Amino acid sequence: MTPPAVAVKDLTLAYRDTPVLWDIDITIPQGVLLAIVGPNGAGKTTLIKAILGLLKPAAGKVEILGKPYQQQIKKVGYVPQRGTVDWDFPTDALDVVLMGRYGHLGWFKRPGKKDYALALDALDRVGMADFASRQISQLSGGQQQRIFLARALVQDAQIYFMDEPFVGVDAATEKAIVTLLKELRKQGKTVIVVHHDLQTLKEYFDWALLLNVHQIAIGPVEEVITSDNLRKAYGGRSAFFVS
Amino acid sequence: MDYTIFMVMIGSSLVGCVSGALGSFAVLRKQSLLGDAISHAALPGIALAFLITMAKSPMIFMAGAMIAGWIGTMLVMAIVRHTVIKEDAALGMILSVFFGFGLVLLTLIQRLPTANKSGLTHYLFGSAATLLLEDVKAMCLMGVVTLAGLFLFWKEFKLFTFDKDYATALGFPVKRIELILTLLTVTAIVMGLQTVGVILMSAMIIAPAAAARQWTDRLWLMVVLSAVFGAVSGLSGALLSGFVAQLPTGPTIVLIMSAIVLISLLFAPNRGMIWEWFQRRQETKLLRQKLMEKHKS
Repeated sequence: MTPPAVAVKDLTLAYRDTPVLWDIDITIPQGVLLAIVGPNGAGKTTLIKAILGLLKPAAGKVEILGKPYQQQIKKVGYVPQRGTVDWDFPTDALDVVLMGRYGHLGWFKRPGKKDYALALDALDRVGMADFASRQISQLSGGQQQRIFLARALVQDAQIYFMDEPFVGVDAATEKAIVTLLKELRKQGKTVIVVHHDLQTLKEYFDWALLLNVHQIAIGPVEEVITSDNLRKAYGGRSAFFVS
Repeated sequence: MDYTIFMVMIGSSLVGCVSGALGSFAVLRKQSLLGDAISHAALPGIALAFLITMAKSPMIFMAGAMIAGWIGTMLVMAIVRHTVIKEDAALGMILSVFFGFGLVLLTLIQRLPTANKSGLTHYLFGSAATLLLEDVKAMCLMGVVTLAGLFLFWKEFKLFTFDKDYATALGFPVKRIELILTLLTVTAIVMGLQTVGVILMSAMIIAPAAAARQWTDRLWLMVVLSAVFGAVSGLSGALLSGFVAQLPTGPTIVLIMSAIVLISLLFAPNRGMIWEWFQRRQETKLLRQKLMEKHKS
């Protein structure tokens, strides 16, 4: 039996005494495109960060492909929110993409020919081949997002976590990301995306996790996005999306 | 060449070079103030080292400075992690408490009957002219270790500075990387205390890097330029203060460094203020022309 891509058991996380995630229990099978949706402050980013070991949960356990994250690091790719880094950092697009190879290189070693080839290929896949030597502060928001995607691609992972990749990007980038997601699924990869647009949910994803501190529902999109569930997550505000 | 001048030249350019290189990372991490806290925190370490050993040995002073600077840094980190106090306030607190303590100890030492007390006040404003072969040897060793560390951990430092969370997700032990980077920064600062002094040493960390950033968009070039700017101002400042005019070394070096910063801020292509002003004027002109043409047609 193949292990699930991600298994989260009884995960609870709090900032001081305010719970951000409460008793999360989810199993994500391999090969799905899953969107994590929920209102602002629902703990979507926090859940990803807790799975990746960036935040320490108060309780609970996380397994990636049947083992703790620390043993599976090389099988996981990560696309953080674009706003978390200083884009005035003195470097170019290719160099940022190469950072995705650092985990494979280990201490002291510098990226070699193969890493450069992989990075250029990844830039091509996100439609940024012409921007390899562009200073990163001179890229548009959408282009920066695609650089981050390319950086995760060169990690050559089985499971990808993407935090709000569609936020503040142009139509061309949105299209490029969707194409990439479909491509990844075709290769049998699992992709978990923090998403906020309920309208594109059915079109882009096949699974969804509806979250608002508590988990409301997880499963195929049609089963999760019911007016009942949405009312539970959003408090009636978004019920009109499902007609 | 005069032996003293030779020592001063080597010592002061080395200080500028190493602090400039390490300073690039401090500036990019937006931790410029940390250098200020470390250098001020080193003063009581120097004074205590003297009080304990009663020897006027730069090696022992540097060890004392290193330990005190390190304790200061760790305290800042602990305050930020465990209390509601923010980093700027924590840095200010540690800086003033340690520096105040250092000044008290220095005053006490001045009152001691022993004749062997001179030299300690040099650590306030720096005095390159007092550098001896022994000092320069110790500084060379520290400089080589620091630059080797920077070279060895280059990839890790870059990744950590640009995107800490991503480094963590890739499995790098970011706490250890931060510790090593901080340790190298402390070493670079302690190395320069005798030449530049505790009060202005932080400028050697911040100023060359700020100037270098203006001229390039590549990290390695920024670090190299920063090291060169630091070395040039260290060298010329020390020579000027020690042999041309009788001035304190630290302030002289810092004034020269400030001139480099000013030129960089004004004239650097792409990022310089004059360049930007000129660009904007050209753009406005073009826009106006286009509008005129549109009105005519």
